[in-house]
Amino acid sequence: MSRTLSHLEALEAESIHILREVAAEFSNPVMLYSVGKDSSVMLRLAQKAFYPSKPPFPLLHVDTSFKFREMIAFRDSVAANLGLRLIVHSSMEDTTEETNPFRLGTQRCCAVLKTGALLNALQKDGFDAAIGGARRDEEKSRAKERVYSFRDTLGQWDPKNQRPELWNIYNGRVNKGESIRVFPLSNWTEIDVWEYIQIENIPIVPLYFARERRMLVRGESLIPAEHPLPMMPGEEPVMVMCRLRSLGCTYCTGAVRSTASTVEEIIQELRMTKKSERENRIIDHDQDSSMEQKKREGYF
Amino acid sequence: MSQELLRISTAGSVDDGKSTLIGRLLYDSGGVYEDQLQAVRRVSRNGLDLALLTDGLRSEREQGITIDVAYRYFSTPRRKFIIADTPGHEQYTRNMATGASTASVALILIDARKGVLPQTVRHASIAWLLGIRQVVVVINKMDLVGFSEQTFFAIREAFQRVQSTLPDAQVYFAPVVATEGDNVTQRSERIGWFKGPSVLEYLETLPSEENIDAPFRMGIQYVIREDGHRGYAGQIASGVVKVGDTLLALPSRRVVRVASIPYYNKELLAAFAPSSVSLCLADHVDLGRGDILADSDHPPEVARAFRARIVWMSEKALALNCPYLFKHLSQTVYGEIEEIHSRLDVTTLTELPAHALEFNDIAMVKAKTYRPLFCDRYAHNRKTGSFIVIDPDTNQTVGAGMIDAILHQPATLPRATYGNGLTVWFTGLSSAGKSTLSREVYEQLISKGHRVELLDGDEVRKHLSHGLGFSKEDRNENVRRIGFVAELLTRHGVITLVSAISPYRNVREEIRERIANFLEVYVNAPLSVCEGRDVKGLYRKARSGSLPQFTGIDDPYEEPLSPEVECRTDLETIVDSVSRIVDAIESRLACGKVVNKNSVQTEERVIDVSL
Repeated sequence: MSRTLSHLEALEAESIHILREVAAEFSNPVMLYSVGKDSSVMLRLAQKAFYPSKPPFPLLHVDTSFKFREMIAFRDSVAANLGLRLIVHSSMEDTTEETNPFRLGTQRCCAVLKTGALLNALQKDGFDAAIGGARRDEEKSRAKERVYSFRDTLGQWDPKNQRPELWNIYNGRVNKGESIRVFPLSNWTEIDVWEYIQIENIPIVPLYFARERRMLVRGESLIPAEHPLPMMPGEEPVMVMCRLRSLGCTYCTGAVRSTASTVEEIIQELRMTKKSERENRIIDHDQDSSMEQKKREGYF
Repeated sequence: MSQELLRISTAGSVDDGKSTLIGRLLYDSGGVYEDQLQAVRRVSRNGLDLALLTDGLRSEREQGITIDVAYRYFSTPRRKFIIADTPGHEQYTRNMATGASTASVALILIDARKGVLPQTVRHASIAWLLGIRQVVVVINKMDLVGFSEQTFFAIREAFQRVQSTLPDAQVYFAPVVATEGDNVTQRSERIGWFKGPSVLEYLETLPSEENIDAPFRMGIQYVIREDGHRGYAGQIASGVVKVGDTLLALPSRRVVRVASIPYYNKELLAAFAPSSVSLCLADHVDLGRGDILADSDHPPEVARAFRARIVWMSEKALALNCPYLFKHLSQTVYGEIEEIHSRLDVTTLTELPAHALEFNDIAMVKAKTYRPLFCDRYAHNRKTGSFIVIDPDTNQTVGAGMIDAILHQPATLPRATYGNGLTVWFTGLSSAGKSTLSREVYEQLISKGHRVELLDGDEVRKHLSHGLGFSKEDRNENVRRIGFVAELLTRHGVITLVSAISPYRNVREEIRERIANFLEVYVNAPLSVCEGRDVKGLYRKARSGSLPQFTGIDDPYEEPLSPEVECRTDLETIVDSVSRIVDAIESRLACGKVVNKNSVQTEERVIDVSL
């Protein structure tokens, strides 16, 4: 018998190996669950890695309070169905000032509601490993990220001081207070994630599928009109046939015009598209290297 | 959708057009989106600079160089490609070795105007050392030499002289203009004399080696326990495994049979490298993380001492004969590097005499580990022949090793073993509760009719170790003497309980390695609790300065990394702790009995692998 694994099988094998290393070597790991498609894939990989047991770590969701309602409902039903412990950390608890991107700008809003809140949440429960669904193909500064990304006691990332990673041997040794961010989907691309969702039949938030939604149309951007929006004179949300290509806070996640209403149609659309996954993300465009800046501070 | 994955490593310097070539591969295969292109157009000095597509972090953009390994992804209908993109100069050895470690093809760039340079040789030889045998030599900037066929063949010939020092390397040469795309994905009309496939076409046809033909090996990463289900989970390093196969479990040397391979919602009949699987065995055995399952007809070697090629990746030079951690498959063991045989000059591929191993050096060394590695030579198996070296003080990954030869130690007298002995080693701070627990366990075992002996550290210091002090050397000597006696007793079928602070991890590991049947009990209570108890009044003396080098106060205690039993004596009752220890002892003894009951076949296997 001799055959080779398909690329999805090879990626799956690599990710499962990483998840098992984390479960075996860390005393208190947690899986960051952001409710998006990558998290959904990561969760399925974790189910496979420890089958028939449940994944031996809880899920953590950092809720900025600006998430889509459908995300929250989906999150709660997934955790309940799988019988997993879900820790919801509410970002608003970490701030006393009025925090939103209109008042603070997207950089500072993210720093408070996502980065700061995440660090607090990780510190509160003393997690020594945080598993996240970031992929290297998402953004240039992520192309150099390790699978095991070392963070100091303040949760900071120093791109010049990362451990070399050879073969599939990961060094997870940390001192008390230090931690490792683990990225089992490092080598997956957006299309890999969708193809895997298709063949594995993985449930995902309906926001990814096209339908008519109430949107504020501002230039090229479609801003979901779910939470109150400061509007300019003459602006009025309208119904637009669209879908979300990536998920975040409603204010900073623009929708894309699309009629793709099944996973197959989404894959077709992605093969044709000329635009990157994060083009509708308002947060990455602030500064030329804004993602790198956020990562240094502790953002995923 | 069933494309195969091919992992490629590249190396090159700023000038030879490597970033442009990768940018071109991404761009021509449709792997670049409009908004990314616009971002690059905005910062391009003239026209569209494809190199900027792959130019990652701000700090390096400021310096105008790439400083680390970056991973790029693109695909064609036939293949998915992962490129590990490494810089050609700064810290090139570390980065290139990292990129090459997972790749099965090396892409080497040569500037047609410059020909084969020292760095070309470095790239080729590091890729070859890391086990890559498929090489594509891209001779770039052909437009700047007038598309000269002569130049192309001259460079090819020069590289072939290098190639003669790299046995088994299979090399493809392509004349390319990366900026314009000639022979990158499309064949070039301008280079009409060249009839071979483009770089991408060639990459699409290369086999991706996945180690399926090598004997089966799998390191156990994790044991999945659920209602009587016990799955040994790991990623298959090499070979194939089928339900019904007979495997050898190491280090226990048990022969086991694969009962099933559950895979989420299906049952597999067979699995092959590099799948991550979970194996259920027909036999009742107790295996754990770090153990290895292997083809019983072609077992791996048992190495306590070996010769290895090491790439040193730390600014702190190697310390000879000092403990480092070696992570191999799913096992992490202590070991030392005892000797540096030679250092490799990667530009001339010659071995030079060496006495030190410094940042970015590649050397041949002699190493030993306190517990054996079950491994193969790297030339035979890249997964079971590789390891990383970790500095236990800084936790940094300081080296990458490739096993070159197993060194067999001189034969010793055959050791007679009688019955079912076991050493139970209680370690922990003074006043943590070692004596209390070990005495209780001793009494319980006696009452159950076992043959037991108790070696107490304080007692031993009165006779066997009389005259030894509390320096690190003396402490280690004391522990080694206790270990020696424990080993003798264990071999003669006695359950030997040892109660000693034994503060240094490497000596405990050394003893564990020497004794066949060993259980470590970490008697753990926070220092403040122990100090509060201060059963012998020693902490008081130590704090007042009249008792120097006291463990926990002014001498370190290195806690066990994976003790079989850990008792938090500040949180649990003595009864609870004792019953957990006794349970662990009895289940270990039960395991041992199964071994003895097993047929002669097992005995033969034992001889097989220990040779």
